[in-house]
Amino acid sequence: MPEWLVTTILILVKLGFVFFLLLTGAAYMVLAERKLLGRMQLRYGPNRVGPFGLLQPLADAVKLVTKEDFIPSQADKFLFFIAPGIAAVTALLTFAVVPFGPPIRLFGREVPLVICDLNIGVLYFLGLSSLAVYGVTLGGWASNSKYALLGSIRALSQLISYELSMGLAIVPVVLMARSFSLTNIVNAQAGLPFAILNPPAFLIFLVSVLAESKRIPFDLPEAENEIVAGFHTEYSGMRFGLFFVGEYINVIILSSMVTVLFLGGWHGPLLPGIVWFFLKVGFISFLFIWTRGTLPRLRYDQLMHFGWKILVPLALVNVIVTGAILLLLNPAKG
Amino acid sequence: MLDSYLPIIVLIVIALAFAVGTIVMSHLIGHRKPSAVKLAPYECGMPLVGSARERLSIKFYIIAMLFIVFDIEAVFLYPWAVVFKRLGMFGFAEMGVFIFILLVGYVYVWKKGALEWE
Repeated sequence: MPEWLVTTILILVKLGFVFFLLLTGAAYMVLAERKLLGRMQLRYGPNRVGPFGLLQPLADAVKLVTKEDFIPSQADKFLFFIAPGIAAVTALLTFAVVPFGPPIRLFGREVPLVICDLNIGVLYFLGLSSLAVYGVTLGGWASNSKYALLGSIRALSQLISYELSMGLAIVPVVLMARSFSLTNIVNAQAGLPFAILNPPAFLIFLVSVLAESKRIPFDLPEAENEIVAGFHTEYSGMRFGLFFVGEYINVIILSSMVTVLFLGGWHGPLLPGIVWFFLKVGFISFLFIWTRGTLPRLRYDQLMHFGWKILVPLALVNVIVTGAILLLLNPAKG
Repeated sequence: MLDSYLPIIVLIVIALAFAVGTIVMSHLIGHRKPSAVKLAPYECGMPLVGSARERLSIKFYIIAMLFIVFDIEAVFLYPWAVVFKRLGMFGFAEMGVFIFILLVGYVYVWKKGALEWE
């Protein structure tokens, strides 16, 4: 076979694998969340559709597709249509730079287990997470409903505030790994994961990521008991479905980013790398569900104070301290 | 160089096709029985009061402005972080001055009360 054909086939296979994995992963995240939350609240959770409720995601998808296709008369139609698309597409695109396993040998060549090992992987992730804000904001604004507007403006402020501390918490990682490429960052953690080398950055990143996912305790954009459903109040059917899928894909992506940046990615003893990667991602995703089952919602002023008065200065100081320690440990020549 | 972005372009096409496909599918399959009341914005079942195009609290605008300032600062930090080893002490001192100036601005913003929410 010619060289370019093999490359193309490999790219398509990897794309198909990742795409399938993300969508089923998101679908079963929903089920896992409902099951676990059920157990935490002494209920069973969904268990009627298929064995142990395993076919529930399929039933949900069919229900969403056949729901009434509903466009509020006062809505800005174009933005109302594309906003859920932005949310889902940005979430799907982010996984392109996440390395989910060590390179494997196929057809006598090295195949990296990542769709695209960009040398600017970290910036790609930050850029897409900034773009994802548009989906929520435009969707809420275009609905022309008061609840949706309140939800979207809250989401906008919250997302940009915590994006700041998230971005600043990545700087020490880049300092230690000396690269933007996520594969290089994982390789730099072959010895000790950065979560142990730099726990403040890890904690700041974890909290910011929880806030970025707009979930309890940071779910003010869709706080059900004050503003109905926030930015997706007016959405129904598959357009709501895209917001929903986007949110759960986002949880998987953010868990993978925590794994790649701080938990050493695929590195681990005994088990093969790819298994370690998915174990770690599963654990962080479980943490997302666990916090949702445990913590109450913050007030908006508490949320903003925490982000701006604690996380941002802490992250800034952490950057300086990390830099100073790195300089002390191995002073550069010249 | 550019062909390393090829998989991402393919992924963009697939993701767009997925988003458009699901929306079109639900548009075709989902039934529609619109009525004036149903299409009105949701207000917990009460008749609509006023418009949703209201003015918002100034706080949100201040946060947006602060975000731009501090985000650009974060962007400055990234290139420094990558070449940190090569710049060594000089780069570290420069960045220390830069972050110090920013912290002065940050303290000013805090003292002015821009970070308060009542």
